Amino acid sequence: MASISIPVDDRRSGLAGLLRLRGPLMRHGLLLPCLLFMVFVFVWPILSLLAKGVYSPEVRDTLPRTAAAVLAWDGSSDPPDALYDALVADLRVADRRDVANAGRRLNYEIPSYRSLLIKTASALQKDSAQPPRQQLVAIDAKWQDRTFWTAMRRAAPAITPYYILKALDLEQKDSGGIGRVAPQEATFVDVLGRSLWISAVVTAICLVLAFPVAFRISAASPRWRGLLLLLVLLPFWTPLLVRTSAWVVLLQDNGIVNSLLLWSGIVDQPVHLIFNRIGVYIAFVHVMLPFMILPFYSVMVGISKDYTRAAYSLGASGPRTFYRVYLPLVWPGIWSGCLLSYVIVVGYYITPLLVGGSQDQMLSYFIAFYTKQTVNWGLASALAILLTTCVLVLVGLYGLLGRKSQIVVKA
Amino acid sequence: MSGSSTHKPRPDIWRTLASVVTVLVFLFLLVPIAAVLPLSFSSGSFLSYPMPGLSLRWYEELLTNYKWLLALKNSAVVGVGAAALSTVLGLSAAIAMNGLGPRARAIVNGFLIAPMVMPVIIMAVGLYLFLSDLGLAGTITGMILAHTVIGTPYVVISATAALQNFDMQLIRAAKSLGASPWMAYRRVMLPAIRPAIVAGSLFAFVASFDEVVIVLFLAGPGQVTLPVRLFEGIRDELTPVVIAAAAVMISISVGLMTVIEILRRKSVARRGMA
Repeated sequence: MASISIPVDDRRSGLAGLLRLRGPLMRHGLLLPCLLFMVFVFVWPILSLLAKGVYSPEVRDTLPRTAAAVLAWDGSSDPPDALYDALVADLRVADRRDVANAGRRLNYEIPSYRSLLIKTASALQKDSAQPPRQQLVAIDAKWQDRTFWTAMRRAAPAITPYYILKALDLEQKDSGGIGRVAPQEATFVDVLGRSLWISAVVTAICLVLAFPVAFRISAASPRWRGLLLLLVLLPFWTPLLVRTSAWVVLLQDNGIVNSLLLWSGIVDQPVHLIFNRIGVYIAFVHVMLPFMILPFYSVMVGISKDYTRAAYSLGASGPRTFYRVYLPLVWPGIWSGCLLSYVIVVGYYITPLLVGGSQDQMLSYFIAFYTKQTVNWGLASALAILLTTCVLVLVGLYGLLGRKSQIVVKA
Repeated sequence: MSGSSTHKPRPDIWRTLASVVTVLVFLFLLVPIAAVLPLSFSSGSFLSYPMPGLSLRWYEELLTNYKWLLALKNSAVVGVGAAALSTVLGLSAAIAMNGLGPRARAIVNGFLIAPMVMPVIIMAVGLYLFLSDLGLAGTITGMILAHTVIGTPYVVISATAALQNFDMQLIRAAKSLGASPWMAYRRVMLPAIRPAIVAGSLFAFVASFDEVVIVLFLAGPGQVTLPVRLFEGIRDELTPVVIAAAAVMISISVGLMTVIEILRRKSVARRGMA
């Protein structure tokens, strides 16, 4: 048999060998389009956004000689002539738009710096006989003021901690150290705290409500289970904007709830239920409840009743069985459901925007605000770094937990 | 409901309490939507009860108003485009991942589903920056690319789950019977996981259809989608037309999700057979 089929076998093994080689190649080739797409349209845009939070080369690129000179200066002695020479030389050749950009960066250090720089750049063109220092001081006496040069010194490096510090309500002082910004300017620690707090409250409310619901569904007979799950899925499937519009119609001052309250005589003034923190909590809990009920349910339904039954038969009381047997079994699922919900809420934009007031806006709102309203990319990016860090920490915890719960299941 | 349990578990108060909470939560989840949607059939223009009468005038306005029709068209085009692209990318990635070792697969999988936990605002701003540089901000193409990022994870998850339960021996059997690898994949593997693929791409469509933040950043006046029109309606002035649009959106979303759920069950049933 062997002698007859040698050629066939050869051909086959040749083909099989080719296929074995082509198999992995083809499979990895199949992975490539998706990976490339995700790198270019997901990873790259986000990284280049986040980079803007620390990379701000406007001043260095527009005023290269000044940047070098100001960094060579010690920052505490009188500004040397070399600085004035460099600035005049830079401004003479700089493009108008670049000067405005560099001015905007400098304006974050000292308000009015932008107009000073633009004014100086356009005034310089006229005469050139005087020495640079006199020229600049003649255009504006501020150039004698050392604080403008120390501000320039902070803005000169392309890699700057400015935006990150700003996002934490900190700043570099003239003395070189880092300190808190003036109390009236401090906003972002408050915003971060608020984002974390709102997420915590929403997650806690959802936990308290979702636990009994998920338990009740998992304890129901299979036929009821399907129906009850459908009742959870229906709002889950309803588009977010539809749900938000429903809450506005219900809760606004002349909305359905207030009409009912007024009509029944419970109140004689409309109650403000929306465009404040109450509205944010109501709408958020409505959005997040299915996100919690569904994973809780899937953990609970997998737990055999034999465990609790065994505990009862061994004489454990109801609460004791719950705490010592049932809760440890569902715990990993509960934790990961809570973390996931927390991650989703902490990055939310639309819900607080539409049903919250100005004091209820979270990190996302400010990222959008500094992108669209004031076009302060650096600050928007620094806040994005802050938010991404929160999310990464939580996802890391989630991953750790996932591994832990796997161990529990194995054990 | 109670007859099936033979043992006497925890005290009845807790069970009753759980039932009460469950009923209240269901009311909280469903009543707002159910209470508001009928207002789209009101003949008056105020969003409150009692309605002065019933009419279809708001639906008529919705279907004759150029802006709403454009938004509907944009939503459909972007959704279909993003779903198609997500399906091609996600399915090929899922097939490739099936051949990887467990560790490599976990890493690739984590990477591909990362858009699900990334705050949308960061994706929106990043994509705005990126697509502006490419000259694609304010274009339907740009929006399709952006929505493909959020749609692909759904296809990957759905297809991976189906493939894990697919018996690769069948491919080997097909090859040994003389089928080319392409033929084996197309005629043996694809039919087996088709419900999961369809479910995944419908999911990608719904994700795009429901998405508002990225569109708010990327769309010019000509690219506005239904959720963004709804957003503007809520922010500027809520009228029964907006509620009528909401009713249309809900029908489309819930309809598609029902199909997905049916397909998912079908796919589970298929696994049961194998």
